[in-house]
Amino acid sequence: MAEMLTNLSAYFELPFVRYAFIVGVLIALCASLLGVTLVLKRFSFIGDGLSHVAFGAMAVAAVVGLTNNMLIVMPVTIISAVLLLKTGSNAKIKGDAAVAMISVGALAVGYMLMNLHPTSSNVSGDVCTTLFGSTSILTLTEEEVWFCAVLSVIVVAAFFFFYHKIFSVTFDENFARATGTRAGSYNLIIAVIIAVIIVIGMNLVGSLLISALIIFPALSAMRLFKSFRSVTICSAILSVGCSSLGILASLLFNTPVGATIVISDMLAFGIFSLIGVFKTGLRD
Amino acid sequence: MSQLTCHELSLGYEGREIISHLSFHVNAGDYLCIVGENGSGKSTLMKTLLGLRKPMKGEILTGDGLAAREIGYLPQQTVVQKDFPASVWEIVLSGFQGSVGLRPFYTKAEKRTALENIRKMGIEDLKSRCYRELSGGQQQRVLLARALCATRKMLLLDEPVAGLDPLVTADMYSLIDELNKRDGITIIMISHDISAALRYATHILHISDEIFFGTRAQFEESKAGKTLYRLRKEEKSWQKC
Ligand SMILES: Nc1ncnc2c1ncn2[C@@H]1O[C@H](COP(=O)(O)OP(=O)(O)OP(=O)(O)O)[C@@H](O)[C@H]1O
Ligand SMILES: [Mg+2]
Repeated sequence: MAEMLTNLSAYFELPFVRYAFIVGVLIALCASLLGVTLVLKRFSFIGDGLSHVAFGAMAVAAVVGLTNNMLIVMPVTIISAVLLLKTGSNAKIKGDAAVAMISVGALAVGYMLMNLHPTSSNVSGDVCTTLFGSTSILTLTEEEVWFCAVLSVIVVAAFFFFYHKIFSVTFDENFARATGTRAGSYNLIIAVIIAVIIVIGMNLVGSLLISALIIFPALSAMRLFKSFRSVTICSAILSVGCSSLGILASLLFNTPVGATIVISDMLAFGIFSLIGVFKTGLRD
Repeated sequence: MSQLTCHELSLGYEGREIISHLSFHVNAGDYLCIVGENGSGKSTLMKTLLGLRKPMKGEILTGDGLAAREIGYLPQQTVVQKDFPASVWEIVLSGFQGSVGLRPFYTKAEKRTALENIRKMGIEDLKSRCYRELSGGQQQRVLLARALCATRKMLLLDEPVAGLDPLVTADMYSLIDELNKRDGITIIMISHDISAALRYATHILHISDEIFFGTRAQFEESKAGKTLYRLRKEEKSWQKC
């Protein structure tokens, strides 16, 4: 135990580790904020689709050889988010099929490109990193850290600014529209924020695991809390807690950081579900 | 000028008209009941009045100080997903969203009005309860309080008493009546309950093959009115047997 602590404090001597830790927690915080909306608005399928699109874009960026691949990944993901939202709102079933097509297609194209134009000798390693995140936050580059930090702050600020609007559009879109809320614009804003979250989250946990980072804290919080505000606050705290634990654990035990965070989110979900069952059980 | 005027409206889906040549107007303080069979297009009309759909033909004008977005609305069914975490207070406040613009928070005055509306609906003790754990009647009151936050002038109610028991129904009707009489809010209500329509409404719009619009007295004299009236009488005598 003592050895572990010395290990950890040695890590945290390095300013870079501290930054990476802060960024990891910030990303987790962002991801949790829109969880409720994503789950309840049936946007989760969009979230899933987008993460695959981001994977494809990442592959393209790697092949083209951009130094900052976010220049491609970010716009592509945001545009896809907007397009998916448009098709999704026109016709539900067609929307679902469109997402499935786009996301599977993006995966295939991405994987193909990475194999045809390998940027390093270890293709499967690269693919793994893009899908499941960096093996450790220590491999994040300084650029990525700054990029994520700035965007997370923007996302959190935007969420606070639009909080009541997001609630009313999520709760009852028709009423919002009928009484003069620009529901279309806010849906668009929500989609863009989701896209941004997915792109920054990919650096931490990879494109396959980012959905978990978004959805698990909200689902856990919804087991225990009943108002939008309390659920939002609880999932934010939960997400920050779980990601801190996950990052520390991944440093200590040398486990992949994304998977460790998601597993700690799952554990929290288990615990919250149990408490929820226990509480309702007592009441009935 | 009337608060709301519909001129030669045609409504329908995908090129198929379900209502044509519909004209009527509503003045401030009126209580209009829209009656008609299932599927005659009442909810469609309401969505059109709210600007959620476009009419195929004709126009809808607002006037007398009413803006198109100042109409409060109680939907026929709100399909709130089973797990939605929302408290009564949050929902009622969200009624102001249409008028807050970009402002990211609610003002003190808005909160006070919201509280007033909650009191009017007699659901003060439910303020911090979770919406989905309320009974149908309580949920309707919450949504009515929200609608009141969205307007001071006109309420559109789509079958506000559907699924409520007789006592709660009577309560709901007298609440709506009070809003109309005391607060001077114009009411447009869709209802299948012809006796309530005849009891409270000042005007009736009857949608079927032949459209009737007029005052309650005119309706009672009209053919449609007489048929419906007779049906109701028969129903009553049935119940007595
Ligand atoms: N989204 C839609 N697409 C196509 N047709 C529709 C749609 N919604 C309703 N309709 C059709 O339009 C007609 C009118 O529907 P509407 O919901 O307005 O009836 P209503 O008068 O409100 O009936 P109810 O008394 O059952 O509420 C119906 O025949 C219905 O089948
Ligand atoms: Mg209807």
